[in-house]
Amino acid sequence: MLSKRIIPCLDVRDGKLTKGIKFKGNVEIGDPVETARLYYEQGADEIVFYDITASAEARGIMLQVVEKVAETIFIPFSVGGGISSLEDMRAALLAGAEKVSVNSAAIINPEIISQGAEAFGSQCIVVGMDVLRVEKSTHCPSGYEMVIHGGRKRMNIDALWWAREVERLGAGEICLNSIDADGTRDGYEINLTRLIAQNVRIPVIASGGAGNPEHMTRAVTEGRASAALIASIVHYGEYTIPGIKDHMHQAGVKVRRTW
Amino acid sequence: MIAILNYRAGNLTSVKRALDHEDIPCRITDDAHILAESRGIIFPGVGAAGSAMNNLRETGLDKTLNDLISRGKPMLGICLGCQIILDESMENSASTLSILEGSCLRFDDELLDEHHDPINIPHMGWNSVKLVQECELFLDVPQEAEFYFVHSYYPVPRQDLIIGLTRYGRDFCSVFGRPGLWAMQFHPEKSGRPGLKILNNFYRYCRTT
Repeated sequence: MLSKRIIPCLDVRDGKLTKGIKFKGNVEIGDPVETARLYYEQGADEIVFYDITASAEARGIMLQVVEKVAETIFIPFSVGGGISSLEDMRAALLAGAEKVSVNSAAIINPEIISQGAEAFGSQCIVVGMDVLRVEKSTHCPSGYEMVIHGGRKRMNIDALWWAREVERLGAGEICLNSIDADGTRDGYEINLTRLIAQNVRIPVIASGGAGNPEHMTRAVTEGRASAALIASIVHYGEYTIPGIKDHMHQAGVKVRRTW
Repeated sequence: MIAILNYRAGNLTSVKRALDHEDIPCRITDDAHILAESRGIIFPGVGAAGSAMNNLRETGLDKTLNDLISRGKPMLGICLGCQIILDESMENSASTLSILEGSCLRFDDELLDEHHDPINIPHMGWNSVKLVQECELFLDVPQEAEFYFVHSYYPVPRQDLIIGLTRYGRDFCSVFGRPGLWAMQFHPEKSGRPGLKILNNFYRYCRTT
């Protein structure tokens, strides 16, 4: 049986982690390659790098990071942020990323999904969705709306419609981030997660709101997600990946526990 | 030296990175002489069966591979590389290399997961392998180890070739072959330590044969 995946997400700017990661002993690490290695050794099933670099010159730095990561860890990892063309995708995949993630670029230019899937295979193309809970309306019958720029710009696009559309266009996976839950540590938005996961046939990664291992368990059981994205709850040493996996295992969830 | 077969179907560098990390000498090649000189061949897996077969036929690599394997050159097929050594694939209705007896089928859309929801296709992520035959590639690999899969088609080899089974809506064959000629549906180069162990075991077999 397929295991549910636990995926730490690292924000990178100009080749450095935006916030130092505190591991046991409170040693702060700012190097994304070293941090990836530590999570790899602790049993992360996959790693997501989110590049928040603004300038084009600094993109080259990110590709160097990707190459070093690919020489260091032997599990899949993806790169998102700043990917807006086939060339960006090609560069990240050739540097050694298993997958690339597109978010606002896909909403602005949906063809990038089908072009990417055709050029590199669906399994390489992750579509990131930032979703806001709204009143149900004719524009947003599901009660969930697509937003970009971290929630600052509402797109007037129904999230359920968009999820089915990205699947039709050839996305291999959806990373579903609830803007309402993000940062709250009160748990993932289970209704949203389940709504999307049960209406597409591609895997859904739940994102936003993780505060404790019970939240991960709920995301992959009630929420039907294939994977859970985590950030601050492991970055600051409050929980560890093995600890989270033990908890999920005890709750009856199949997770990978030997590595 | 291990030859990583270049059949122009995609990115072959992840297998090379894994071998480099383990200090296993290797090179990516489509040269028949280098393939013949190598201790063993890895047939990596990327892309679709139809276009991969076209590339192999156009370059004559299909005959080279058949010839080398019949003379006992060790080979490890990974993912698409495992599917393509069988007789045929439902993907692009391709007739494939016929090095081992069997075919490739697509996962049935109606298979159900543990929540009784329809399974996702592709089968993507970490899954276990239950060995039904001893296999030296799995020497010192923990029984509970899991491996990284990404595929929509699965191999159906002749019954006596089946080495390992994996459950996804149904049991399917994830490892098959015979000593010196192995095929696996998962990616050992992306499966952490247990996967690197398998690559090391393959290299050790190649060196001692």
